[in-house]
Amino acid sequence: MLLFILKRLAQVVPVIFGVTLVVFLIMQMVPGDPAIIMAGEGASTETVEQLREDLGLNEPLHVQYFSYIGNILQGSLGNSLKNNQPVLDEILIRLPITMELAFFSILITIVLGLTAGIISAVKPYSVSDISVMVVALLGISLPSFWLGLLLMYTFSIKLQWLPVAGWDSFAHIILPAITLGAGGAAIVARMTRSSMLEVIGQDYVRTARAKGLKEHTIIYKHALRNALIPVITVVGLQFGSLLGGTVIVESVFAINGLGRMIVDAIRTRDIPMVQGGVLVASLVFVFVNLLVDVMYKVFNKRIDLN
Amino acid sequence: MNTLLSSKKPILKVSNLKQYFIVKREALFQPKQVVKAVDGISFDLYPGETLSIVGESGCGKSTTGRSILHLDEPTEGEILYKDVSLTEMSKKELRNIRGDIQVIFQDPFASLNPRRTIRQMLDEAMAIQKVLPPKQREARMLELMQNVGLRPEYLERYPHEFSGGQRQRIGIARALAVNPKVIICDEAVSALDVSIQAQILNLLKRLQNDFDLTFLFISHDLSIVKHISDRVMVMYLGKIVEISDKASLFKNPLHPYTKALLSAIPVIDQTIKRERILLKGDVPSPLNPPTGCRFHTRCPFATDLCRDEEPLLRELESGHLVACHFAEKLSAI
Amino acid sequence: MKEDILLEVKNLKTHFITSKGTAKAVDGLDFVLKKGETLGIVGESGCGKSITSLSILRLIPSPPGKIVDGQILLHGKDLVEMSDQEIRKIRGNQISMIFQEPMTSLNPVIPVGEQIAEALRLHQKLSRKQAWEKAVEMIRLVGIPAPEKRAKQEPYQLSGGMRQRVMIAMALACTPEVLIADEPTTALDVTIQAQILELMKDLQRKIGMGIIFITHDLGVVAEMCDKVAVMYAGQIVEYQTTANLFKTPLHPYTQGLIGSLPKLYEDQEELQIIEGTVPSPYDYPTGCRFADRCPFVQDLCRNQQPEIIHVEDSQQVRCWKYTDQWKEELVKEEVIL
Ligand SMILES: Nc1ncnc2c1ncn2[C@@H]1O[C@H](COP(=O)(O)OP(=O)(O)OP(=O)(O)O)[C@@H](O)[C@H]1O
Ligand SMILES: Nc1ncnc2c1ncn2[C@@H]1O[C@H](COP(=O)(O)OP(=O)(O)OP(=O)(O)O)[C@@H](O)[C@H]1O
Ligand code: SF4
Ligand code: SF4
Ligand SMILES: [Mg+2]
Ligand SMILES: [Mg+2]
Repeated sequence: MLLFILKRLAQVVPVIFGVTLVVFLIMQMVPGDPAIIMAGEGASTETVEQLREDLGLNEPLHVQYFSYIGNILQGSLGNSLKNNQPVLDEILIRLPITMELAFFSILITIVLGLTAGIISAVKPYSVSDISVMVVALLGISLPSFWLGLLLMYTFSIKLQWLPVAGWDSFAHIILPAITLGAGGAAIVARMTRSSMLEVIGQDYVRTARAKGLKEHTIIYKHALRNALIPVITVVGLQFGSLLGGTVIVESVFAINGLGRMIVDAIRTRDIPMVQGGVLVASLVFVFVNLLVDVMYKVFNKRIDLN
Repeated sequence: MNTLLSSKKPILKVSNLKQYFIVKREALFQPKQVVKAVDGISFDLYPGETLSIVGESGCGKSTTGRSILHLDEPTEGEILYKDVSLTEMSKKELRNIRGDIQVIFQDPFASLNPRRTIRQMLDEAMAIQKVLPPKQREARMLELMQNVGLRPEYLERYPHEFSGGQRQRIGIARALAVNPKVIICDEAVSALDVSIQAQILNLLKRLQNDFDLTFLFISHDLSIVKHISDRVMVMYLGKIVEISDKASLFKNPLHPYTKALLSAIPVIDQTIKRERILLKGDVPSPLNPPTGCRFHTRCPFATDLCRDEEPLLRELESGHLVACHFAEKLSAI
Repeated sequence: MKEDILLEVKNLKTHFITSKGTAKAVDGLDFVLKKGETLGIVGESGCGKSITSLSILRLIPSPPGKIVDGQILLHGKDLVEMSDQEIRKIRGNQISMIFQEPMTSLNPVIPVGEQIAEALRLHQKLSRKQAWEKAVEMIRLVGIPAPEKRAKQEPYQLSGGMRQRVMIAMALACTPEVLIADEPTTALDVTIQAQILELMKDLQRKIGMGIIFITHDLGVVAEMCDKVAVMYAGQIVEYQTTANLFKTPLHPYTQGLIGSLPKLYEDQEELQIIEGTVPSPYDYPTGCRFADRCPFVQDLCRNQQPEIIHVEDSQQVRCWKYTDQWKEELVKEEVIL
């Protein structure tokens, strides 16, 4: 197991390198000169030229890239072009907010998805199954900004139960988390349903029935544990798209998280900020995936032994 | 029978064959584990005879067969086919020989390609071994179908259109297609219904007579083994514990394991009085075989000598070999 | 003697209704199991042995399967009519089953000891600790060494033979009145098989358990069973005591079956065989279902299905040969000739 984790960690390194390279190159290709942006609109050509020199923007590309990597290895993500503050400091303020949002969203994905999936699978083709699956289909097809606005309109503006935007109390978390978690919940629900249906047809579930166990025990003790194995992978994948989704949801609900920071930075061509933000987001994603793999192994140890 | 055989030259000679498998370690700091599936066995196979291998599940019967087919490269030892060493042959020579040694497996369906008709299958087998030019293959196929008792029009059908017994016949036809000398039957009738089992066993016997085939017959059903074999080899945990002509083995088993095995066969005629030897304990793991005689953990006659020293396979009666320290004494019981 | 009857199956019909048509897997079955008795069921693959046993515990996958007719009486109470809750109290408690497929019938993520113990807690109201101890004891009884250690392992850590023995331990744990054993020893070596059969007989002597023993091994039948039902194409074609069955098999199929076995104590050049194959359960012939393979077949057999008839007191057979019509038929034929 330890060996497995070490191996997976070793695989992470090239992935991260790739991410830095891609981010670096994309930001090079987009139009707009960072030196001009930093110097401000009507700055003189000399100032801009001087800035360019200071920032090392005149160096050849590969030199710029390697000094960038060198800085990262020393724990520095550079300074923001806008206010010259270290990018890392800004990220450290924003990241917990996004992680909190992601945590509650994934919680909703799992709890809502599993419950719905189980309800469906227990009585396939019943009214409850069909209604759950219709809702799930909607959940998958609705774009999250649309769902966000819909929820905001209903619960904050019409009913005034929950705050409209911002990030001050637990009440603020609810709507964004639902918006972000809903799509995943729908996918998890469908996956749980099909996985449960498959497991319920297995011989060992028949054995459990033959023992005279209650239907409840059969479902939760004998079937669910086995049905969860493929669901874990799906949850892991969902976490990736969920991180992407934070960008939209944070904008809709005006939350100052990492996603919104990246969007703002892109708009202002704040290259170090974008690079730092994407890098940290990628790191989070990679490590969550690692975690999922490990969990999958733990749940499913018989796989490679047989 | 046996004196007759030993005057012949063996068609296949297996000496000191070892087949080890390295299994994955379970944790990082554990040593690699080795399964000694077959651990130094030697025997001869004579042309035209049926030699059966019996023994508990996992004792290395199939592995022995696979090594002879060269599906796995043996860890150690030598296999001589018609005095030529299979282990030293080049790939090309091996390919030529492959046609001479064929195999029939337990699960006929799994070993037949579902998307090929019987005709395509037979044709392909003949093409690979270059047994006949394409023009003459048609006649040969019809002959084969007749040999195994299938109607000629079945050539155009796919495997799923046949019953279990018919599929097994197809497997046999494919094996015969390349004019083999030796056929290894690995549990070839175990999955079949009793009534169909009999059909296939009769067929195998008839083909053996007609084409002078040599069979290595792997089975766990001792009644079938008794019916079909000339000689029987008993294996236990990767070793041969007894090998003898059929009559002598069934009448006078010398090894305690063979005795227990024979006494445990359920028989229909309950009027036949038998002393049943019930073995205690489980089959030990081939990952960690017992020291000395590998049977000592379950043997009712085990002594300290058995724990410490491995008994060698030795000829106790003419043509009847056994590996037990106390075989003489026990045979008197 | 009526009170000795544990289980009585009357005219059981279990059909599978699919898009391809209706498969009459079990098509009118009658038998009786008494206290302390072992009834063997033998027959060609696919003749409905497993479906019979699953029907008794009401475990037929539905849809497509359905018990369309008949009664299954346990101490006179009909299992077919019972509510789900009532049948649950019987499963694993009064009637247990050993399944045919040892590799897939255990839950892969639950330690085997727990899989045995949970039924003990449920039916025998044992505490967690007591149930676990009993489970370990059962694993020991079926001859698995180091049972304390094995009980904590999951099925993938056990060999095929060990899994089958865990299934057996599970079925025997609650000391059922009726044990249904569907090919319980296929994955076992003859030496271990002998050990397990001994264990079953022992328990039977102690608690008077009735056993339904399904197997294709006629040798095992001879050693285990008091009576045998021979099934062919969803029906019982012969039903008599084991001793009689092997001495005087009545039905041509049974005769063929016994004839085709290699005999351990005599030498035969050629084995007897039964030509042909079983009819499909979707499309049985109108007459005798064995007619296509039977060496004695007459027109009578093809036209009309034979009923089960009592030849002697305890011998039952489904074949025209043993009826008066048969003699008439032969006379008629001779007249024509
Ligand atoms: N490729 C392999 N890798 C690791 N172990 C193997 C491999 N093939 C076989 N073994 C092990 O070698 C031993 C002998 O296996 P083999 O298949 O020869 O047994 P067998 O006598 O044919 O048993 P059975 O009667 O169950 O078919 C077993 O313990 C098996 O687990
Ligand atoms: N789910 C199903 N759908 C349709 N037909 C089925 C289904 N399950 C079983 N059958 C049919 O019921 C018949 C009886 O099957 P059963 O499993 O009882 O045979 P068996 O006598 O136990 O055979 P074996 O000796 O191979 O175990 C078979 O012909 C099979 O095709
Ligand atoms: S050598 Fe010893 S342990 Fe081995 S079979 Fe002979 S008596 Fe038994
Ligand atoms: S009824 Fe006729 S066909 Fe059927 S088994 Fe009897 S003799 Fe044979
Ligand atoms: Mg094998
Ligand atoms: Mg069955």
